[in-house]
Amino acid sequence: MAKERHTLEDMKRIAKEIRKDIIRMTHAAGSGHPGGSLSSVEIMVALYFDVMKHDPKNHNWEERDRFVLSKGHVCPVLYSTLARSGYFNPDELMTLRKLGSRLQGHPDRKKLPYLEISCGSLGQGLSIAVGMAIGMRMDKRNPRVYCLMGDGELQEGQIWEAAMSAAHYKLDNLCGIVDVNGLQIDGETKDVMNMDPLPDKWKAFGWNVIEAEGHEIDSMIKAFREAEKFKGKPTVILAKTVKGKGVDFMEHEAGWHGKAPDDDQKKRALECLGE
Amino acid sequence: MKSGLNPKMELVKNLYGEVDEIPTRNGYGHGLVELGKKNRDVVVLCADLSDSTRALWFAKEYPERFVEVGIAEQDMMGIAAGLAAVGKIPFVSTYGVFCTGRAWDQMRTTVAYGDFNVKIGGAHGGVSVGADGATHQSLEEIALTRVLPNMKVIVPTDYLETKKATFEAARIRGPVMLRFGREKVPVITTDKTPFRVGKSETYRFGEDVTIFACGPMVYEALMAAKELEKKKIDARVINMHTIKPIDSESILKAARETGAIVTAEEHQAAGGFGSAISEVIVENYPVPIKRVGVLDRFGESGHPDELMAEFNLKGTDIVRAVENVMERKRR
Repeated sequence: MAKERHTLEDMKRIAKEIRKDIIRMTHAAGSGHPGGSLSSVEIMVALYFDVMKHDPKNHNWEERDRFVLSKGHVCPVLYSTLARSGYFNPDELMTLRKLGSRLQGHPDRKKLPYLEISCGSLGQGLSIAVGMAIGMRMDKRNPRVYCLMGDGELQEGQIWEAAMSAAHYKLDNLCGIVDVNGLQIDGETKDVMNMDPLPDKWKAFGWNVIEAEGHEIDSMIKAFREAEKFKGKPTVILAKTVKGKGVDFMEHEAGWHGKAPDDDQKKRALECLGE
Repeated sequence: MKSGLNPKMELVKNLYGEVDEIPTRNGYGHGLVELGKKNRDVVVLCADLSDSTRALWFAKEYPERFVEVGIAEQDMMGIAAGLAAVGKIPFVSTYGVFCTGRAWDQMRTTVAYGDFNVKIGGAHGGVSVGADGATHQSLEEIALTRVLPNMKVIVPTDYLETKKATFEAARIRGPVMLRFGREKVPVITTDKTPFRVGKSETYRFGEDVTIFACGPMVYEALMAAKELEKKKIDARVINMHTIKPIDSESILKAARETGAIVTAEEHQAAGGFGSAISEVIVENYPVPIKRVGVLDRFGESGHPDELMAEFNLKGTDIVRAVENVMERKRR
């Protein structure tokens, strides 16, 4: 199956559309998580529009790469990315969090079949990704497994259990990405529960570590390609990002973790995004 | 009117005499090995307890399909879901306290909410775990798992039934919790004894009272029924191995036909097997009911036999409970 090639300009344009979707969706829902969704946009665009093998017309394709969203609350960015990739009509994005919607407040794979997992309780996704990677390895299958985590999420002990098992089983078909935006609900991660030094921690757990600019699509693509080539260890890409990226009054603000923009804020946000 | 043991159940011939005793965990272990032979998709996971859960037997035969995760049950539950997502039939093996306690959120959100085809082998259920004491004696698994949508909960009665339950768990779709024990317990069934998930089986006919039991308490219930004969009480004994989905029909039939119910489980009386049955009775056909189970205590160290007596989980305790409901029935 032929994969559409997207230019960098194309992907930047898509990223902008996704940001607008995030603002509109959360506004329409009256709740949701714009901050962490906005910080993950380029990561998602790089994956779905360049790096991953997948087919929007055949979501069950056995040979597809697997994407696990461990930081489940940023599902707005995942839903928008899926819609913009062609999995479903972007109009449906406005049903986010509404009763009967396929787009639940946190991913529900039974309601939206294009999701690999149901999640929202942080710290669980990496283990699932490890299981997928082990399963692929058992059958000598090609698909790669990608798992996007938040940096605050790394405070959950289960992440480190999964990190240990990934290294123990030498899962070089697994690539973790950490959206390092430096913020969580109660403030800056370094003040709430300091996790520095992050690269050292992952290295100590036996992972190959790549530090990348989280808002530069080409930097992310380069990192993903490097990860593909690295053998013998799983790779984690520590993506340096800005929470709320793209909307000036949301950037670097912990308060925009889980709050939807009101009418006025939506208008200002969309203006920032070029509308 | 039918009386005595139900011949269709093909229970062991000398049920009231010398019976073989085999730990139910061995049924799990052997079940897994046989499954592994027939089905290449079956994989087994363990968290540093492969010998005592008997997952080791599978590990020895099929090392390429065995995943050791170390002392990390939450990770294990997630890894199992990931394996299920790519087409495997994973069996998570650890003690009941750890799979249903330590990894409860993972069981809930990752496995049950995600509706992944993960099977949970919860070993070391009950006080009969023995000397290890309370921390390892799981008395809450039935309560903790039956509240999860999509989860099926099975407590097989003996070695053979545990093997059958292991096969069935692999055959049916979706998350399954299997609860079994550490100590050797009487083998009361045979290869021909029926076992169907969700369908309870009447092991002994009776018209005066019905004793619903699961796990090793089925044997205790049959012994109690024998004792009750002397008191001219004719007790129906039903093996209700599946707590979820519960066989409401047999519960209501028992309530209508016998008018008094006793439940027996090696588990907290609150919230578990007896509570599940009570819910059906109370809402549809209230009759006197008494739950035999652990009465809001943690377990403790001791010899398995001593502990079963200490925690009032013997046939004699069931007899007393029957006398209680019979008396209330008469009022």
